[in-house]
Amino acid sequence: MQVRRAFQGRWVAVGMLAPSMLAVAIFVYGFIGWTARVSLSEWRGLLPDYTWAGLANFVDLFADRRFHIDLVNTLVFTSFFVVGAVTVGLLLAILLDRQFRGDSFFRSLFLFPLAISLVVTGVAWRWLMNPSTGERLSGLNLLLGTFGIDPLAWHTSDQPWGIAFVALPAVWQMAGFTMALFLAGLRAIPEELKEAARVDGASELQVYRGVILPLLRPVLLSALIILGHLSLKVFDLIVAMSGKDIRLDVPSIYMWTTTFDANNYARGAAIAIVLLIMVAVLVVPYLAWSLRREAEV
Amino acid sequence: MTSVPVTIAAPRGAGRRAWARSLGRGLRFGLLLACAAFFLLPIWVMLITGLKSFDEVSLARMWELPSGINLDNFAAAFERLAPNLLNSILLAVPAAAISAVIGSMNGYILSKFKFPGSDLVFTLFLVGMFIPYQSVLIPLVLFVQSIGLSGSLLGLILVHVIYGIPITTLIFRNYYATVPTEIVESGRVDGAGFFGIYRHLILPLSIPGFAVVLIWQFTQVWNEFLFALVLTRPQTWPVTVALNNMAGTQIVEWNVQMAGALLAALPTLVVYILLGRYFLRGLMAGALKG
Repeated sequence: MQVRRAFQGRWVAVGMLAPSMLAVAIFVYGFIGWTARVSLSEWRGLLPDYTWAGLANFVDLFADRRFHIDLVNTLVFTSFFVVGAVTVGLLLAILLDRQFRGDSFFRSLFLFPLAISLVVTGVAWRWLMNPSTGERLSGLNLLLGTFGIDPLAWHTSDQPWGIAFVALPAVWQMAGFTMALFLAGLRAIPEELKEAARVDGASELQVYRGVILPLLRPVLLSALIILGHLSLKVFDLIVAMSGKDIRLDVPSIYMWTTTFDANNYARGAAIAIVLLIMVAVLVVPYLAWSLRREAEV
Repeated sequence: MTSVPVTIAAPRGAGRRAWARSLGRGLRFGLLLACAAFFLLPIWVMLITGLKSFDEVSLARMWELPSGINLDNFAAAFERLAPNLLNSILLAVPAAAISAVIGSMNGYILSKFKFPGSDLVFTLFLVGMFIPYQSVLIPLVLFVQSIGLSGSLLGLILVHVIYGIPITTLIFRNYYATVPTEIVESGRVDGAGFFGIYRHLILPLSIPGFAVVLIWQFTQVWNEFLFALVLTRPQTWPVTVALNNMAGTQIVEWNVQMAGALLAALPTLVVYILLGRYFLRGLMAGALKG
């Protein structure tokens, strides 16, 4: 009787989960498949055209100068953003590792940018990083000027260095996230382990280098994957800072403009698929890794 | 507690160590204050710019304090953004509520009513959290058009609910994993079925889970940009799209843009200040850290 009831419960459960399974199957997997099909078509206009084009769109894309710029920009942005967010986040976590009065205030302060929109961040920083000189000198350049530093061009620097400066607001927004990850990792390290090293005469620096940092490696991996995949997808921040400035172009923006402004759906879909593959290379092994770890616990 | 072994182990260098420790403490506090200044910088600029009168505003005097409290800029920004702020509320509140209900049911099933293949289903859900949304954007626009919801808030709500399934399911699944399975078993022994157990045993324990998911989804939907950009029209623009378009024109002065940015950030900022604890749990769940 009880067994039968549990069995029935299971069927109800599957039934209740079915709408979500269907939604994910269609809107995630089905739509990815559809996009892939568009990327293999000749659809370049308002009306759909699914004429088979093979890999021609991908061949064209990789020969396209704008896409080269995009890939270089993505690489530069990802490097500066990931290194910046990990470094600042780790520094903040170490500074806040030992509890003291007021530490929760600082923790909340470093995390608040995560609660606001990247569009807001972009609008605020485009004025902070205003490159105008002379009469219209303002923002950070004005502050730097008081230290005798010449005005910087910031995100309007020559490609690809302009986008390196976009990493600054991105780090501002995401460093709190890495801090939180590292803090959780630090708190999970048993006090006895650090104590043992100290008793053996290790200095505080040696304790960090020899004991703590090696134990943070799994957390570091999580941070690298999450930040890395976010930076491949970066879109809102750049659009809010500079609209469609070609110097700051990245695949996500190219996809958007070529599809919805130029109606080149086939190329837009091809860009989307390349973007998806780049993200998948990073995320799929990570998903497998963290689910296996969860299963082991 | 941590200082005990140090004082025992090092009687000779104790003075020097105490000195080094207070230096370290001072250095740490100094660094923290410097970082705090960096993090507050944009908010500070938005605030002091917003509070200046129109006569006081000038790029060259960006860092000067306002002479008094003047709401000209906020009033001008609010006049422009009010319909969009309303759109964002009409979008984010229902989307978060529906997402939470679906997430709770899914989490309940995937933690307490596992079936063969349910872990695979969960993994396949999670993938949806990481994909670049560009890879579904073309079919999505066509789909929303085909069901006649193009440009409407309802269509955008639907989209947010669907693509919110992975994260809300993940948060609730992890949350319910901490609820002992014995509770479900005892419900079964008492003759309760799938819905009875949920309503009488699981739901009363779910309030913190709902808080996390509601706050997370509200924040995400409020801040979202890409879907809103391609699925709304001027009358239904949420505040992120309106703010971006305002910043992209030469017509609106930078000081009004700054005030507008602060207005757009305010709702999620207030939620964060009041309920940051729950926000943080949503954030960590996204990193698959439980």
